[in-house]
This record gives sequence, C-alpha cells and structure tokens, in this order.
Amino acid sequence: MNVFAGSLDRPNSYIGRSVTRPNAKRLLEGKGRYVTDLILPRMLHAAFVRSPYAHGKIVAVNTEEARALSGVRAVFSGEDLSAICTPWIGTLDHFRNMKSPPQVPLALGKVTWSGQPVVLVVAESRAIAEDAAELVELEIEELPALADPVEAMSAEAISQGLDSNICFATKLDSGGVDEAFEAADLTVEQNFIFGRHTAVTLEPRAIVADYDPSENRLTAHHATQTPYQFQDVYSRHFGIPEANVRVVAPDVGGSFGMKLHVYHEEMAVVGASILLGRPVKYLADRMESFVSDIHARDHRVTARLAVGKDGRISGMDVDDITAIGPFSSYPRTSAVEGNQVVRLMGAPYDFSSYRANLSVVFQNKVQTSQYRAVGHPIACAVTECLVDAAARELSLDPFEMRARNLIPDNSYPRKSPTGYQFEKLSHEVCLARLRAIMNYDDLRREQAELRGKGILRGVGIALFVEITNPSPAFYGVGGARISAQDGAIVKLTPSGEVHCSISVTEQGQGTETIIGQIVADQLGVDRAKVRVMTGDTDTTPHGGATWACRGAGIGGETALQAARKLRNNLLFIAGLILQAKPGELDIREDWIVEAATGQQRISLPEVARIAFFRSDTLPPGTQAQLSVVHHYAPQGYPFAFTNGAQGCLVEVDAETGFVKILKHWVVEDCGRIINPLLVDEQIRGGVVQGLGAAFFEECLYNPEGQLTNGSLADYLVPMACEMPDIEIAHVETPTQDTELGAKGVGEAGTAAASAAAMNAVNDALAGQGAVLTQIPMTPTRILRALGSI
Amino acid sequence: MNSRIAIALTINGEIVEALVAPRTTLTDFLRQDMQLTGTHTGCEMGVCGACLVLIDDRPVHACLMFAVQADGCVVETIEGLTSRKAIADLQKAFHERNALQCGFCTPGMLMSAYGLLSSGDVPSREEIRDTLSGNYCRCTGYEAIVDAIERTARDRQNTETREEA
Repeated sequence: MNVFAGSLDRPNSYIGRSVTRPNAKRLLEGKGRYVTDLILPRMLHAAFVRSPYAHGKIVAVNTEEARALSGVRAVFSGEDLSAICTPWIGTLDHFRNMKSPPQVPLALGKVTWSGQPVVLVVAESRAIAEDAAELVELEIEELPALADPVEAMSAEAISQGLDSNICFATKLDSGGVDEAFEAADLTVEQNFIFGRHTAVTLEPRAIVADYDPSENRLTAHHATQTPYQFQDVYSRHFGIPEANVRVVAPDVGGSFGMKLHVYHEEMAVVGASILLGRPVKYLADRMESFVSDIHARDHRVTARLAVGKDGRISGMDVDDITAIGPFSSYPRTSAVEGNQVVRLMGAPYDFSSYRANLSVVFQNKVQTSQYRAVGHPIACAVTECLVDAAARELSLDPFEMRARNLIPDNSYPRKSPTGYQFEKLSHEVCLARLRAIMNYDDLRREQAELRGKGILRGVGIALFVEITNPSPAFYGVGGARISAQDGAIVKLTPSGEVHCSISVTEQGQGTETIIGQIVADQLGVDRAKVRVMTGDTDTTPHGGATWACRGAGIGGETALQAARKLRNNLLFIAGLILQAKPGELDIREDWIVEAATGQQRISLPEVARIAFFRSDTLPPGTQAQLSVVHHYAPQGYPFAFTNGAQGCLVEVDAETGFVKILKHWVVEDCGRIINPLLVDEQIRGGVVQGLGAAFFEECLYNPEGQLTNGSLADYLVPMACEMPDIEIAHVETPTQDTELGAKGVGEAGTAAASAAAMNAVNDALAGQGAVLTQIPMTPTRILRALGSI
Repeated sequence: MNSRIAIALTINGEIVEALVAPRTTLTDFLRQDMQLTGTHTGCEMGVCGACLVLIDDRPVHACLMFAVQADGCVVETIEGLTSRKAIADLQKAFHERNALQCGFCTPGMLMSAYGLLSSGDVPSREEIRDTLSGNYCRCTGYEAIVDAIERTARDRQNTETREEA
C-alpha cells in the first residue's frame, strides 16, 4: 500500500517536492570529476589501431616502428590480450536458440567491422600513443562486406563456427490474426525504416584501469552506469577475485544506455594495465565514439492493422528485421531491443489478435544494443503511424480513433496479446489531458486557416506504454549476472546526521537527489543533513544500478525501506533513553517527538551522542544498531509499465523539405512523482533525443560498410535553435507493488517523440499524396515523398 | 615535434609562464598542464562547445586554438569566472531551474551565456536558442537552459533599473 498521498504538509516531507540537486553545484563551477579528468601516478595512455575495412582477413601486423618510438611503453596484439582474458558471448538463455560469436579484446585473424580495434599502443602521453598507432602497419585482405540486413540474412555466415547470420528469431502468435484480417473492413499496411543513430554522450567513453600486482587488485575508474556489472565482468574474464576488483564511476558525462555495454577497448585497457602493472587511461575521441560506441535501432518493419469501419482495431501483424552488427553485445545482448519492439506493438489498444516475426541479423557494422527507450520508439511509431493511417482512411479524427480503441482505464489488471501484464494504466485520462493542454481544437482551426495561405502545419499525437522497474525476468532468468535488486546502507553519524550509500548510480538525472529526499523524508530530518553516495563498488552494496528506468522505482524503494529500518532502530534507542514506547515516538525536524502531540523530547544529535559515546548509560545488553544494510528486489509484476501521450506541432516547407518543430506536449504517468522538477527535465531530455531520431540523427553507411558521417560536424545532433518548448502534464497512478509507488520515467520522452513527430509531418503532408514511413525525416526524404525530387 | 616554445599568458587573473609543444591545443594545455579540468573536450573540432573559454573576454573554442596562439592573451575558464563571482547569478539560475544534468556541456553553456548577456540586453528566447546553437547538450533538451539564461537576463535588468531608480 502507498502511504504518501497528500502528505506534503508534514515537516521534512520531501517526496513529491521540487528540490534542487545538491551535487549539481560543483558541476556548475567546473569542479565535476569525470574519468576524463583523472590523472594517476605512473599512468600511461592508450590509443588503438582500428580496422579500416568492414570485413577482412588479417594477413600481417607490423608494430616494429611503433615500438621503437620514444615514449612508447608497450604495443599489444589480439594474441597478447586473449592470453589473459577469457572470451565473452552475448546471448541470453531465455532467448531460445540465440547465438553470437565469442568476443576477445582485440581482433584475432579477422576483422568484422570498420573501426574494430586491432592493436593497442600504450605510451607516456595520448599524443605519443597516437603517433605510434600511425606507425603500425596493418595488412588486411578485404572481404565483401555485408552491410544490408536483408542480404545478410541469406549470405554466408560472417563468423566462423556459426551456420548463418541469424542471431535470433522469434514468432509471437496469439491466434485469430488471419481471421481478423479476413473479416476486416479495412487493412492498412506500411513499410517502415528506422535508421541507425547513436548516443553521442558529451563525455565520450573513458576508463582508467589501475592494476596493482602486489595485491592482485584491479581498480577501474570507469565512466559507466553499471559499476557492479563491470566488477563482475572484469573479475570473471581476467580471473581476479571479485572482492579484489573495484569499479568507481565518478561524475559521468551522459550515458543513456550506451555506457553499460562491454566494449573491446575497455577490456583491452584493463588487460594492458594487468600486463604492465601500471594505470592505463583510455578516452575515446569523438571519431572513435562513432565507430565503436553502440549504435541504436536499425529496423525494417512491415506491419498491417485490421480495422472495422467503426474504427475498431481487430488485429495486427508485424515483421521486424533488425541488424545488430557482427555479434550480439555483452552481457545484455543485442536482441532485447527487437524483442521489445515486437512485444510493445499495439500496447495501448484493446484487441487480441496479434502476430509478429522478429529476425535479429548479423552484418558488418558496429554493434547495436540498448540505448534509451530500447525498442519503444519503433513499436510506438509503427503502431501510431498505422492508427493514423486507418483514421485518415475512415475520416476519423486521430483523438477519436484512439478513444475508440484504448484499453479502458477501468479494465485493469490486463494482459497484452504479447504476454505483458499491465497493473494499471491511464490511457483515457492521459489522452483527454493531452487534448486539453494542446488546445487541440484551436490548433486544427489554425491549421485550416494557414493551409488556405499555403502554409503546411501538421499536428501529430502518439500514445505509448513504457517498461520500467524490471524484475529478474529481464536478464536474470536468461543467465546474465545483472542484478534486479538494489542495496543501500543508511547510517547515523555521531553528530546525528545521515549517510546513505546506494547501488543506483548518477549520470545527472538526479538519482542522489531523490534518494536523499526519500531518506530525509522517512527519517524526519532536513535533507541538507543527508549525504548520498553512489558509484563505487567498494563502498556501496551490489545492485543493478541505473538502466531501464529503475533508479526511482527500485532504488527509491530500497532507500525507503532502509530508512524505515534505521528509523525503527533510532526510535528503539530513543525509547530506552526516554523510557517511552518507541511506537509512541516519531522523528520530526531532527528531533525525537511525541508522535501524538509533536512535543520535542530529545534531539537526534543527542541520541547519536549517547549511542556512540555513552553506550554505558544504556540498559545492559543494548547494542544500538546505527547503520542499516537493506536490499530490495522487485516482486509482484515482472515490470511496472507506465504510459502517456505526446503531441507534436510542425510546419513543413514543401519547397525545401525543411521542418520547423513548433511545439511538443507530453502527458506522462510514472506513478508516484518524487521530484517534479527532475521528472520534467527527464521527459524533456528524452523528447529531444526522440526528435533527434525523427529529424536529424542517422549513422550513414556506404555499401562497403563504411560509416560516412562519423564526426560531430557531419552527424546531426539536435541543437537549441531547432528544438521547441515542451509542455508537460502528469497523471499519477502509483504502483501498488511498492510502498513508494514510483515507476520509471527516463525513457518516456524518447519512447513516443519520434512517433508523434512522424504523425505530425504526415498530417502536414496529408492531401499532398506523401506519406513518410522512414526516420530521420530529412528534407531530402520529404521532397522525395512529395515527388519533388 | 617535441621542441617546446615559451609562452606567457594570463589565466584566471594569474600570470602563467610555460613551455608548450607547438601542437598542444589550448584545451589540452588548460586541462593537463594547468589542471583546469572544468574546460571539457567533446568533439575536438569546434562543434560541440564544451571547450569554450573566454579569450580577452569573448567565448572561444579552446580546442581550435594551439596553446602557443594564446601567448599574451587573457584567458578565463569556468574556474576563473566562478571564483571572481562573475556568473554567480547564472549559476544560481541554472541550479534552481535544473538547467543541467550530467554537467559536461555546462561550463561551455555558461561561457556562451556570459557572452550573450554581456551586452546587458534581455534577449528573446529565439536569440538565446540561436546563441546556444554552438553548444550541444544531450541531457536537458535545452529548454531549462533557455529559461535560466532568460531569467538571469531579466533579473540583471531589474537590478539595474532598481539601481538607477
């Protein structure tokens, strides 16, 4: 049961309050401590020699000149590092018949994407390491590159030991699909292409690996979301006892899912530090990021919807081919995105006949894997684009079309035809709220007026369902050592203040802030007296950390339960001191008070002083427990699904194909909101990443598998001048699975922004005979759709 | 390539004399030699704006300059602006509006904002967005940054008006 509704008037009630982030001040003063900034004594610097070809056989590697350069301390080949690092394979057991080739730090025998690291140079400075890298001679016999996923499906396997380029395939069939289409008054079918894009965190990937042979101890300062996962990976693959591996993630300059995958470079640098017994630093430069960070999406989807003339959807049939690069990423795999695409299709709507085919295909490009909103934008765009297409055919307004098909708010709990269990969603109320905040009728009037003047405005909406708070059903059941639980240590300091170290991590979204709010709220202390620490495997309990929108829902619940335990302990001690019943006491504003009257009895610092320094004055046998360790794993529903609705207003210039995004709206239901200020900024940031995918961002490859726009001058990231103001409204449907009631929110913005944008552009172009079903919607593609070029 | 050149410049109000390799960028010099790590590198090609510093009071991409070119210049980084409290109001507005998340772009954003607001005018939201078009932020979606800069400009003007009155 949730306990917080209407509780904001209590002293120290922080849950639900917009408060600022204590840890943001140092970032504003340029005092952030990123791995990028770290310098250690005796530290060396790494640079990589990368494959210039997408596919090829390594004939010879000549490192003699590089080794001879002054300041170079070591040059490592694939063989050197494979000798101390066991291979990793990116499969999960619950994805039946999934396969992927074993990976090693540096290429052995073959290269399978352009940019693959082949040789590692370690030198006194990065500049010298790069000079030496240029002196390495790679002789590679180029092989035909498989860039096109459809071609790759039937081509000879890229990897020896595998019989095809199919990494994973699955079919979903709820039954009745053929019958639904036979009986349908209308079938809408479209082919969609979703390009590759990439995270472009402002701080590129960074690691300082520091191996101390005297203790057989590895400390990795690693810009990552998931330090515990990397502790496990480094321990197992390099054979170092887990307790001797420490991973520290200090300030991290953006992550968005990109910094939780195992990369060849990081493994090579850890290996180099072990071989040299010295700290080794690697910081990807931006060009390297483009060819080695995971890319996202890359789907070709054919989908159709069966619809009655009353607008009711009766069935959906989907085929998704997604290309993931030459192997599946580790340890989360590259199949999760496709799996979520086919399972989230049609999620907001009330129909039961669903069928899907998913093919996850190897090719000669850099790996794709989980990035913010994994699979959601694809499922959302396909569904919402088809729903709009059907509405247009039936001359139904997009709001009316959706209103006729939404799962009613009063019909939960529900199971989707793809097997997802929905505890409680709020589509109807979100849709109505979206219509209100958009002033939808005014927008339509304005649109009609402007159309008379030749100005093409478009309004698009999209509904979404988001997966948050994953249980072990996500990774654990598949054999991955990725925790669904989190742990916290909450302790009273001798001065009566509070310290909390917790396994969820911070990349700027405000994790430490909300944990501090929850702990202060539950303990009844000023939040300025709560210090929160994250991101260090030596000082925090093992946990899942931050991904899949789990920080607030799972990390927050962990902190809440831990704080309550400490509160009980403190009230017990206070009861002994005051000779009162603990149940009749409370903590408010740093004081132990009479619960009934609020009368102050003894201050928290005084309780702490007695417990820490004058335990002799407590009754014999009393052991004051002033630190609490607590773990929490989600139980109940396998995932806490959230939902919401987005709207987008655009103006399309039919002469140039340019689109001006005028405004964007979001209505979001993430359950209990802990900090509205932070939630809104998560949504805005997410929307802009979705709009980036919709209009700008694409990793362009030529047929030889070469990335042709791999720099920040060529790859278009959304900029301030192109982005609209984003208006946000909330609906709160707390999950009943936890005391806190919070679900996740970090991916909601990204989940539906590109779908709403696509529908807006197609709305603008309605009547022009043009429909766009490919993102990014570049000016060229818009002009092509219009038949202008 | 390894021969070093003597330079003398003012960094954050302090006179600095140093020997630098000709190929060392100003960013690397500030970050590595001076340990002023508030200046960041995001692209090293003058696109992302994370490396912006003030040279003779104007925002400049430190990644596009060699340290030797800064000889004789007055350079100011986020650390300097912070310690002389030149942007305390901007920093406060950013903090209260949560106009930053990971913070990696933030020093560069503040440099652009400092440059924009130095005229004393209150820019429109479009003008603010236009000025920030050389500063990439991947976390915030920009709106909060625009809000914080707009608020600071208004507050400064109000203070000025009050002082005149």
